[in-house]
Amino acid sequence: MAFEKINILRSEVIATPVENIDTDQIIPARFLKATKREGFGEAMFRDWRYTENNELIEDSVFAKGSREAKILVAGKNFGCGSSREHAAWAIADYGFRAVVSSFFADIFKNNALNNGLLPVQVSDGFLSAIFNEQKKNGKVELEINLPQKSIEIAGTGIKENFPIGEYKRHCLENGLEDIDYLLTTKEIIANYEQNR
Amino acid sequence: MAKTLFDKIWEAHIVQELENGPTQLYIDRHFIHEVTSPQAFGGLDKRGVKVFRPNQTFATCDHNTPTLNQDKPIEDPSCRVPIETLAANCKNHGIRYFPLRDPSNGIVHVIGPEQGITQPGMTIVCGDSHTATHGAFGAIAFGIGTSEVEMVLATQTLLQNKPKQMRITVNGKLGKCVTPKDVILYIISKLGTSGGTGYFVEYAGEVFENMSMEGRMTVCNMSIEMGARGGFVAPDSTTFNYLHGRKYVLQSAVSESGPQSDSTAGEWSEQQEAEFKAAVEKWSKLYSDPDAKFDKEYLFDGAEIEPMVTYGTDPGRGVAVTGTIPECDESGKKGLAYMGFAAGEKMLGKKVDYVFVGSCTNGRIEDFRAFANYVKGKKKASGVTVWLVPGSVEVEQKIAAEGLDKILHEAGFELRQPGCSACLAMNADKVPSGAYSLSTSNRNFEGRQGQGARTMLCSPIVAAAAAVTGVITDPRV
Repeated sequence: MAFEKINILRSEVIATPVENIDTDQIIPARFLKATKREGFGEAMFRDWRYTENNELIEDSVFAKGSREAKILVAGKNFGCGSSREHAAWAIADYGFRAVVSSFFADIFKNNALNNGLLPVQVSDGFLSAIFNEQKKNGKVELEINLPQKSIEIAGTGIKENFPIGEYKRHCLENGLEDIDYLLTTKEIIANYEQNR
Repeated sequence: MAKTLFDKIWEAHIVQELENGPTQLYIDRHFIHEVTSPQAFGGLDKRGVKVFRPNQTFATCDHNTPTLNQDKPIEDPSCRVPIETLAANCKNHGIRYFPLRDPSNGIVHVIGPEQGITQPGMTIVCGDSHTATHGAFGAIAFGIGTSEVEMVLATQTLLQNKPKQMRITVNGKLGKCVTPKDVILYIISKLGTSGGTGYFVEYAGEVFENMSMEGRMTVCNMSIEMGARGGFVAPDSTTFNYLHGRKYVLQSAVSESGPQSDSTAGEWSEQQEAEFKAAVEKWSKLYSDPDAKFDKEYLFDGAEIEPMVTYGTDPGRGVAVTGTIPECDESGKKGLAYMGFAAGEKMLGKKVDYVFVGSCTNGRIEDFRAFANYVKGKKKASGVTVWLVPGSVEVEQKIAAEGLDKILHEAGFELRQPGCSACLAMNADKVPSGAYSLSTSNRNFEGRQGQGARTMLCSPIVAAAAAVTGVITDPRV
């Protein structure tokens, strides 16, 4: 249940400039049938990766990119649409630990944070710089430093800070989940119920 | 200090504020369905935790349900297993569950209001982004993920950051054949799919004041399609009249006897009437103070809104049904290629293969009245497959009671049974690859209604016009 802690993450990326990627793209509804959390990675971006006849699409960003990449980079408004947490599970199950975009949909961001998947919101300029670097060299490496709340394009000196609440930063660095805290507050909740 | 309605409800639900962190927010009502709850129950069972307040959670199956032969066992195991899992989890944890064919069964966002579970001033959540629907009653209602479903089951609270606040005012009078669906498609076409991200929206102005509860639900439902956490309308006499007499509107009905409770709707005793009157008095204080400040405000003229239809693959890509597809940015171009459309083309006359009327957006009785009213005395176009799917068993029964089924039948249409159906095609109702679907649902994303399916969103009236002509048609002429 508890997820792996995040501290400093340095990795190659898989990058797609497509904007407004909805959670139906990340995991189509026909794969939401399982009643367990594990195993959704195979269905991640399924219709980007495979044809309707289940043939591998060889020029998809995922087929071309490194299977070792731990960071996904995408255009603005990532994760809009359905609230399905399966989207965050699928991305994490595929092997990513962070998603970088210039804008995240609210529910996806919460779902990611609750699963040890770090959403890193960067400026439009920084995002463009990642795509430019990718175009130039065919690959990009990013270093995300969670304690310092910073992200850097390796070998370029291009660096900026990203926003994350202190509470969630603490949770991710220590692999803590909200529910473990909430379960310790039952008395406070009962008190609230009495006095409302 | 002047307060918004959002401030008032939010503040009344603060259990505690974490230092340098989010707010622990109390949740009054929690809805669950079979797709986003099994892993939450799995988490509880692993931790050995029981549901904290089982009376405050209500369950229904809707996403995987077949829309034909609901009296028979579900054949497809991938649909049956999640539903059986939900039933078992509810039984284990003492949660009220409305199974298939139960008089209270239907799409979660249709039955919540219908059964009086949804009420003004409440905090309401569900593992479903269209939970925003319940905002029609002046409630803070928003979609959550499964980890959060688990938190609510375990503690009836969530850790949340307070969103920013936006007010969207629409004044004036709506034109002929312009419905609440057109109002919200128009707003989203102006704000874009991320224009509301980070915000909670209050809908205000004459257009919403004069709108029915079902219309307000349609509008609030699609708040998420512009990225907003939720959207609401301040409660008024329309709201109170709608709620009067509904099954779970009284706290006494929710508290009593727990799961499968069957406190009867309809005639209320004097004591129940008094309980309702006291509730109305409390609800009447739920409005934004006249000088309350919003982080962002938009003002639109209702008279400028026309019947709408979408041309692209996000709900923000909408134009008047008589309009022309505009030049698009890169992501818009990708959508146009998927749809097989080009900038500069007219929407009128575009071929329609499938028509879907239903979903938590437009699956209520007023939607079927509007559709039936338009097709009365006309005939379904040959070559168009039309799926008419009521949002709930109660809607299904009303359609029959009002004789709409006969009108539809005479015009060549068949009704199906309640569920989410082709809105997201988790059951057998899938639009084939490449086919054009004109749909009253809420999302036109790539593959949403089936792999390769091409969706155009619209109101039930625009859907009706195409159902009898086979092409996109202006219902006003």
